[in-house]
Amino acid sequence: MNPKLRTILGTVGYALVGFTAFLLFWMFLSTIAATLPSPTATWEVAKPYVLEPFAKRGEQDQGILRLAGYSLSLVAQGYFLALAIGTPIGFCLGLSRTFTRIFDPIIQVLRPVSPLAWLPLGIALFYNAGKEALEYGALFTIAICAMWPTVLNTAVGVRAIPQDFLNVGRVLKLSRTKMLFKIMVPATLPYMFTGFRLSLGIAWLVIVAAEMLTGKTGVGAFLWNEYNNSNYGNIIFSILTIGIIGFVLDRLMSLVESRFKSVA
Amino acid sequence: MSFLELRNVCKSHGSHCVLRDVNLSIEKGEFVAIVGYSGQGKTTLMSLMAGLLRPDSGEVLLEGRRITGPGPDRGIVFQNYSLLPWLTVAENIALAVDQVFPSWTTQQRSDQVDRHIAMVKLTHARDRLPRQLSGGMRQRVSVARTLAIDPSILLLDEPLSALDALTRGTLQDEIAQIWAENQKTVVLITNDVDEGLLLADRIIPLTLGPGAQLGAPITVDLPRPRDRKALNHEPEFKRLRAHVTQQLLGHSLARRSAVSRKLILPEILPEDLELPRVSRPPRRPNEEKREIIVSG
Repeated sequence: MNPKLRTILGTVGYALVGFTAFLLFWMFLSTIAATLPSPTATWEVAKPYVLEPFAKRGEQDQGILRLAGYSLSLVAQGYFLALAIGTPIGFCLGLSRTFTRIFDPIIQVLRPVSPLAWLPLGIALFYNAGKEALEYGALFTIAICAMWPTVLNTAVGVRAIPQDFLNVGRVLKLSRTKMLFKIMVPATLPYMFTGFRLSLGIAWLVIVAAEMLTGKTGVGAFLWNEYNNSNYGNIIFSILTIGIIGFVLDRLMSLVESRFKSVA
Repeated sequence: MSFLELRNVCKSHGSHCVLRDVNLSIEKGEFVAIVGYSGQGKTTLMSLMAGLLRPDSGEVLLEGRRITGPGPDRGIVFQNYSLLPWLTVAENIALAVDQVFPSWTTQQRSDQVDRHIAMVKLTHARDRLPRQLSGGMRQRVSVARTLAIDPSILLLDEPLSALDALTRGTLQDEIAQIWAENQKTVVLITNDVDEGLLLADRIIPLTLGPGAQLGAPITVDLPRPRDRKALNHEPEFKRLRAHVTQQLLGHSLARRSAVSRKLILPEILPEDLELPRVSRPPRRPNEEKREIIVSG
């Protein structure tokens, strides 16, 4: 057999073993815990959302991909905001020792703060925006939480630029902007993309928490609603959906990342 | 007045004195080789001439003007090629050409790029990335990039030391030919006495550091073009080689220093076809040995 096909089959095969074991364990647990729906019961309640993924029956009662779409669009906005702010900060940290010594401590203090702590502040900040306050608050939270991996990886990447590349620029007397865009940015790209991938993971983590608290339509809000409706099957369904989307996003980003890795 | 001049140049890294009282003057159109052991300040000397480093004391003059920073009038070919890995061969050279000749038309600039790619015989590889090239090809790209900006002096920092012997020979001939055609001033730094004798008008031995100094220059009066095969039987070549080697050894005798270097023992793997062969760094500390070489 083709060795490449063999490794793919092997990967899928082993993964299937894991999923089967997980399902069996779930079934076993559901026989003990009365409130935990079994896999079949979960499928029964989730069916209308999966079979008509883009249906819109009401504000919260929509197909799963439609709900995911709302969440993804909010994540995308917050995420690009995070990259737009985080990358320049990372560059400044990587370029200047003084800048690092001034701002690194405050970054280290802000970095471990949970999204749940940022959200109320975000909403309060945009209180005057009225109806939009919730959305802006969520964006603020996503951006500030997802920013740090990009900031730190970019900074490391800039410091890791080989002196030889910089010497090439110095011998040619490149201007500061040319030095930045022709040499430093391309040389840092592999590191930047590692940061971008980690940031995306965090942005997706934050969205669920943000939606639960703000009640904006999306997968996270759906989860919280179904909990309030005591519809536990759909909680599990939401968790699986969130997990799968997060996994797909991470795979896609690592594809992009490996492209840049192989170049530099 | 000489073209490039170093006057009483000293340079230290921290408390370690690398170069002490270096004096050197190079005439226009001359090919000078500076020969010395590894790790002795050769690259520091080159960086000083390129302007990438400033001397602690003394001065470096190009055509009578003091060098204060790097610039495209001094083309430097780095030991490790220093090609930008995300640009193709043509783009690497174009980056330099576009920067140095902004007043030229697009057509003139792309002609300049193509002409220099052809000069180092890489037209077929013009759109390849550096990682798709062999070591010798990368070094030729590096030479082409430097020549394409038409520097008034060419600084070659051990350009061939990372290459295998056959490729090195080919490139030595190419450098000799390019020099003959362009008549540029060239400073070649090398650890290979034969390479210096084959290419240079003058050889300057660098004494063993710390605090390396330049020895008395030795004029190489061999007729050009020099043929490496014929050269080996030339009595003058043999005499010069003995003389240069004597100079280098003499300096080391006077200092009689011991060099300790890392020695990694060969790794022996069982011939099992199921096992993938991977090279690995030493795992246990006792796998890494050191050997002491006492010179002289």
